[in-house]
Amino acid sequence: MNTTRIHCGYLPLVDCAPLIIAKELSFAAQEGIDLTLAKQPSWSALRDMLAFGEIEFAHILSPMPVAMSLGLGGMPSHIDALMVLSVNGTVIGVSAELDRKMRDTGWRNSFCDPQSTSTALFEAAPRRLRIGVPFPFSMHRMLLETWLSQSPIDPDQVEIVTVPPPQMAQAVRNGALDMFCVGEPWGSVAVQQSNAILVLPGSSIWEFAPEKVLGARRDWVTQNPSRCHAMIRAVYKAAHWLDQPENIPLAVEILARSQHLDLPDHAIDPALTQQIVTKLEERPMHADRFLGFHKGAANFPWRSQAAWIADVLAGWHDLDRDHARSAARDCFRTDIYREALTLIGVDMPGASEKVEGSMSVPTAVASSKGEMILGPDRFFNGAVFDFGGSKQPK
Amino acid sequence: MHRDLKILVVELDQSKALEIIDALNDGGWHDVTVIGSADALESTLTQQDPDIILIDLANPDRDTLEHLSLVSNARTRPVAMFVDQTDALMTQAAISAGLSAYVVNGLRKDRIKPVLETAIARFRMIAKMQSELDAAKQALLDRKTIDRAKGLLMRAREIPEEEAYNLLRKTAMDQGRKVIDVAAALVTAAELLQ
Repeated sequence: MNTTRIHCGYLPLVDCAPLIIAKELSFAAQEGIDLTLAKQPSWSALRDMLAFGEIEFAHILSPMPVAMSLGLGGMPSHIDALMVLSVNGTVIGVSAELDRKMRDTGWRNSFCDPQSTSTALFEAAPRRLRIGVPFPFSMHRMLLETWLSQSPIDPDQVEIVTVPPPQMAQAVRNGALDMFCVGEPWGSVAVQQSNAILVLPGSSIWEFAPEKVLGARRDWVTQNPSRCHAMIRAVYKAAHWLDQPENIPLAVEILARSQHLDLPDHAIDPALTQQIVTKLEERPMHADRFLGFHKGAANFPWRSQAAWIADVLAGWHDLDRDHARSAARDCFRTDIYREALTLIGVDMPGASEKVEGSMSVPTAVASSKGEMILGPDRFFNGAVFDFGGSKQPK
Repeated sequence: MHRDLKILVVELDQSKALEIIDALNDGGWHDVTVIGSADALESTLTQQDPDIILIDLANPDRDTLEHLSLVSNARTRPVAMFVDQTDALMTQAAISAGLSAYVVNGLRKDRIKPVLETAIARFRMIAKMQSELDAAKQALLDRKTIDRAKGLLMRAREIPEEEAYNLLRKTAMDQGRKVIDVAAALVTAAELLQ
């Protein structure tokens, strides 16, 4: 088989695991791809590399392709999401000082209760609450705002700022941040280095939030359908491998040894084993579905997820909601995903949109082979989003 | 030509920052401010009100700058130079030199261009020097490790230096690894066993 060299950019986070596994366990090579992974120092740099064609694919935050396609941010460009690389995987943490004040209100950290946590936060919060997120167009910021908009906290009191994840721990330590939402390993690092306390996993706000997606330039996608198919198949197989519990110890080993991530075992461990140390010298807490790579059709780029992201962006930037939703739906390429995987007999959902937030338990849905189980995908406040889009495959 | 632009450089490495200031001063721009990190970025923007911000393409603080560019009610609103792709050559040159620029207050293009040209030239030179320096440092470190591994072998097996080196090289070849990797493994193992 001819091999094609493919460049994929990424940021060194635990959730880029499907790309590293696709390379290291030869899932990419089996699809005829010589996968070169290019580490980037920031989301802006990754975005520019992708937009300028220096790389063909990128591990990007799920709101990025939608924002770029809507012309928001530094680099307008038509970027598509070919598949979802991971769901959930973020953590919200507070400084040691804020934790103490919150406990003074009688609150106890169960690491799973957004309501009581925001109530304690409201009572304990300083006059101005500074919260760090990794990038303005991130699920982190969207989850934070979804959560805090339901709390009694005055929105004017909250200031969300962008802090590069490796600097998050230091910003908490020197008092520049009261709170943060970040992807692993940086939450655990903040606990170890800055006495930060993790108060909620992102999954407690939305149980099935698309976190990272595989991004590519739309014109390149149009010109290179077979390369896109091969890449989707390779990453799909890697994600499937990663979601088998028996593979976790080996996965941690491979990720820690790989030069791509450059993180020690103990930084990778918590996210994959779902055992999160929320406070120094305390026993880890178990967080169900902390980070998902595959189960529950996690890789399917639901157009309803895109529409949800579009609604948030439209709210932030005062855009026409229908236009934003339609542009976002076009970015999430269920058509290419179906083409790539139907060929190898993967079960496909009957629809390309779902009612987001409607499943409180794992639920069987109509699919090509009749084996698909989705959910749960609840929002903490019970919100349900029916975007009324076409429920037919597209 | 107008040389009265206010330029802000975000750069942690002091010697690199000085190089860039020198280049800009030589080019006739004297109102140049440097900050080391994005901690103070927001307040600096308000206080200094720069016309243009220069920052390493690889600097993680760029994400913070991007965020500020989205704050809709800010008086000073930095916009990434790349948004204006009319000058593709210049954009490509900036990217390959590892430079990104943000323009504030809708500065005219003919005034940005000479600043960028100057900065691009200096960024290229710094990058070249840096990679040469890194390579030299690494080579020196590697040689120290290999010397220590040779010393360990010479003592443990009572063999001359040349034979110790040949043994390292042969082991590396047999295992398809680099000499430095074998040497580093040996040094680590010896430290553990002490």
